[in-house]
Amino acid sequence: MDFELSELCQQVMTARGAERPLYIRGGGTKMFYGEPGPAGIPGSAVLDMSAYRGIVNYQPSELVMTAKAGTRLDEIEAALDQAGQMLAFEPPRFGPDSTIGGVVASGLSGPRRMAAGSLRDFVLGARLLDASGNVLRFGGEVMKNVAGYDISRLLAGSLGVFGALIEVSLKVVPKPDMEATAVLEVSEPEALALFSTWRSLPLPITATCWCREDEGQGRLYVRLSGSPPAVQAGLSRTGGELVDSELAAQFWNSVRDQTHSFFQHRPLWRIAVPPQAAALDLGPTLIEWNGGLRWVAGPHAPDAQSGQELRDVVAGVGGHATLYRYDSRPSNIQVFHPLQPALLNINKRLKQELDPVGIFNPGRLFPGL
Amino acid sequence: MTESLMSPAAETAPDFSGLIARIRESVPAHCILTRMEDTRPYECDGLSLYRTLPPVVILPEDEAQVVAVLKACKAFNVPVVPRGAGTGLSGGAMPHAQGVVLGLSKLNRIHRIDPSTATAVVGPGVRNLAISEAAAPYGMYYAPDPSSQIACTIGGNIAENSGGVHCLKYGLTVHNVLRVRAVTIDGEIIELGSEAPDAPGLDLLAAFIGSEGMLGLVTEVVVKLIPKPACARVVMASFASVESAGHAVANIIAAGIIPAGLEMMDKRAVHMVEPFVNAGYDLQANALLLCESDGTEAEVEHEIARMEAVFRDAGATRLQVSSNEQERLAFWAGRKNAFPAAGRISPDYYCMDGTIPRRHLARVLNAIEEMEDEYGLRCANVFHAGDGNLHPLILFDSNQPTEVERAEKFGAAILELCVQVGGTITGEHGVGVEKIDQMCVQFAREELDFFCAFKRAFDPYNLLNPEKVVPTLARCAEYGKMHVHGGELRFPDLPRF
Repeated sequence: MDFELSELCQQVMTARGAERPLYIRGGGTKMFYGEPGPAGIPGSAVLDMSAYRGIVNYQPSELVMTAKAGTRLDEIEAALDQAGQMLAFEPPRFGPDSTIGGVVASGLSGPRRMAAGSLRDFVLGARLLDASGNVLRFGGEVMKNVAGYDISRLLAGSLGVFGALIEVSLKVVPKPDMEATAVLEVSEPEALALFSTWRSLPLPITATCWCREDEGQGRLYVRLSGSPPAVQAGLSRTGGELVDSELAAQFWNSVRDQTHSFFQHRPLWRIAVPPQAAALDLGPTLIEWNGGLRWVAGPHAPDAQSGQELRDVVAGVGGHATLYRYDSRPSNIQVFHPLQPALLNINKRLKQELDPVGIFNPGRLFPGL
Repeated sequence: MTESLMSPAAETAPDFSGLIARIRESVPAHCILTRMEDTRPYECDGLSLYRTLPPVVILPEDEAQVVAVLKACKAFNVPVVPRGAGTGLSGGAMPHAQGVVLGLSKLNRIHRIDPSTATAVVGPGVRNLAISEAAAPYGMYYAPDPSSQIACTIGGNIAENSGGVHCLKYGLTVHNVLRVRAVTIDGEIIELGSEAPDAPGLDLLAAFIGSEGMLGLVTEVVVKLIPKPACARVVMASFASVESAGHAVANIIAAGIIPAGLEMMDKRAVHMVEPFVNAGYDLQANALLLCESDGTEAEVEHEIARMEAVFRDAGATRLQVSSNEQERLAFWAGRKNAFPAAGRISPDYYCMDGTIPRRHLARVLNAIEEMEDEYGLRCANVFHAGDGNLHPLILFDSNQPTEVERAEKFGAAILELCVQVGGTITGEHGVGVEKIDQMCVQFAREELDFFCAFKRAFDPYNLLNPEKVVPTLARCAEYGKMHVHGGELRFPDLPRF
């Protein structure tokens, strides 16, 4: 075991012995995400993963990238780019310090998610520093692996409540031959209707984004990717005006990295719904993922009642709402949509079994978990 | 965290008459099988090497009955073995001698096919192929296609995280199931996943899929449908060695192509299937690749040309492209019939299921060839080359003394080799009872403990499919005694019993 890793193990064993919380941190770019957790517990410490870095194994023809958790996302993307490959789920880049461990632990995906799959779909394996200070290995570097429970995918999006990811293996994919983006002037209901039509056709659509900027009924951006004949045929089906490729790349980066002006709204709700759900009428909206992801700008600082009303509307169509970014919020409104009681029970029992003393990121996912 | 997974139910003889009386309150009599002639068909799944006659088989007709059965089994502390169509190849549905087999084959209604949302809502007992057939009028299908798709059920596919020949491009069950409704051993109904792109909290759906019936019983499934490609064609390429075929596979991927299917057969497999299906396979080849492209016609033409160029550069000795749908199906017929063809040339065969990093393909196939001499048995290899999933078929005759034992040892040696080169003991068939010993090779004690803790969060009484998948410490210790690697014990710190 190398020096950095044994340091990390020691820190976990100390925290466990002292029964004190340990907050896992990579590049610190996603501190805004999730519950802030109880403040002011004496003796709490930060488990800093950023020194544990480096690509462990990358062979383009195996379509697998294995890297230590502290490896910076931009380093990984640069290595993939050299071989003409990419992370298909397009994780948001919140800053240059963003690490791959944080990317996996937060589970967030970007514009290509609806076509390519979500982050967890690309997790092949993980090494976990658990609550006893042991290093455990789940999954591996192969595409198909059903030996034991699929713990590595469970860790994706778990916000570190079971331990620190110390290494991850991700499936990577070749970059498409070409990409083209078209823009259509349509209203929100028209955009939602187009998504429904496109869904049942074999079109190479890899991203969609509808938003109403200042005046007008709204603009729908649609990106197509693949071989030149497929993209050409797709464009003739979607219609719309072709966007200059450099401007298009800038636009998709601004959606992916959430630097687009819409993402500056506070409070900002992230609402995931069945893609066919009709317009929600909850306020200014940006729609991604063929209707499956709706970003909604709240009118003012959320209070418990308006938050609950919004969640009732979203739950009514089979979705869930995350209070994604906010300047302030009352303590009685959770960041994540409350779970059905039987599921919350299982979430709690898992935490109890796998981190019995409760040292890792207490309260980050749900209060009390 | 070190207690064994031995079911507490094994310690006392269960009160079956009390249990059945309780279940009869909620489940009609014709759904409860107790006579030996009725329960006999359930004594094994697709892995017939392992058999146990179940004392009771229950085939509920709706979710409420499933809940009632599970609550009763919990109250009487009786193990429950879930079962779909019984086509599994690892003994995952092998009955428990003192437990109930809970078959979900009657929950076989297709509730809804919805082309505008590209989803299907189905019962767990719906057959895999039946979903695609129901979606066909809308030009859509369900992508994972395990070779048993004509018989296997979606509930079983979820238990095993089944794959198929198209999963390099279209993914496994875990990538194609959106939501699962399941009943826990407490009789509580939980919804995992969502028709929305994600669900709040931990991603329990991902962990539930492939859990081999140890966490809950599925009562409803929402799957993703995808539009049927307008066109599909397959290239058949011959190679003079498995090395050159292996390089060709790597070069295809390196060229940025993700084929719809990419399969390899070695010479023995080709010679085994060709007389059976007359697919026109090249009998001179030492390795044969089948590589499929799908999409629009223009797209396929473009991609097939690129595939042919890569194969030619990699030294293909013969290239053939399917010119119509009939020919495409004929090319695939050989690969899809490899198992029955093995049954034709050998009284018995044993199908293995390891996965390896593709770059070690030639090394592993050559090692398997050497093992043939060591164990005195022949082995034919078919291989999902695109995703590294190897299916060696060990040919043997159970009527010959020692051949069963040699086949099992041969299989175990292949799986351990897969782990050694960085792969896994099972790519898509599951651990079940069959590969439980090899779990001790792939995982350390702390990892197995983690699995036990994970299961306890769902099933603290260890009643759902006990004694499968996760080996007890005693079992690993016993196995370690037989398998000492290079003079080193794999678990030197284990207490020896």
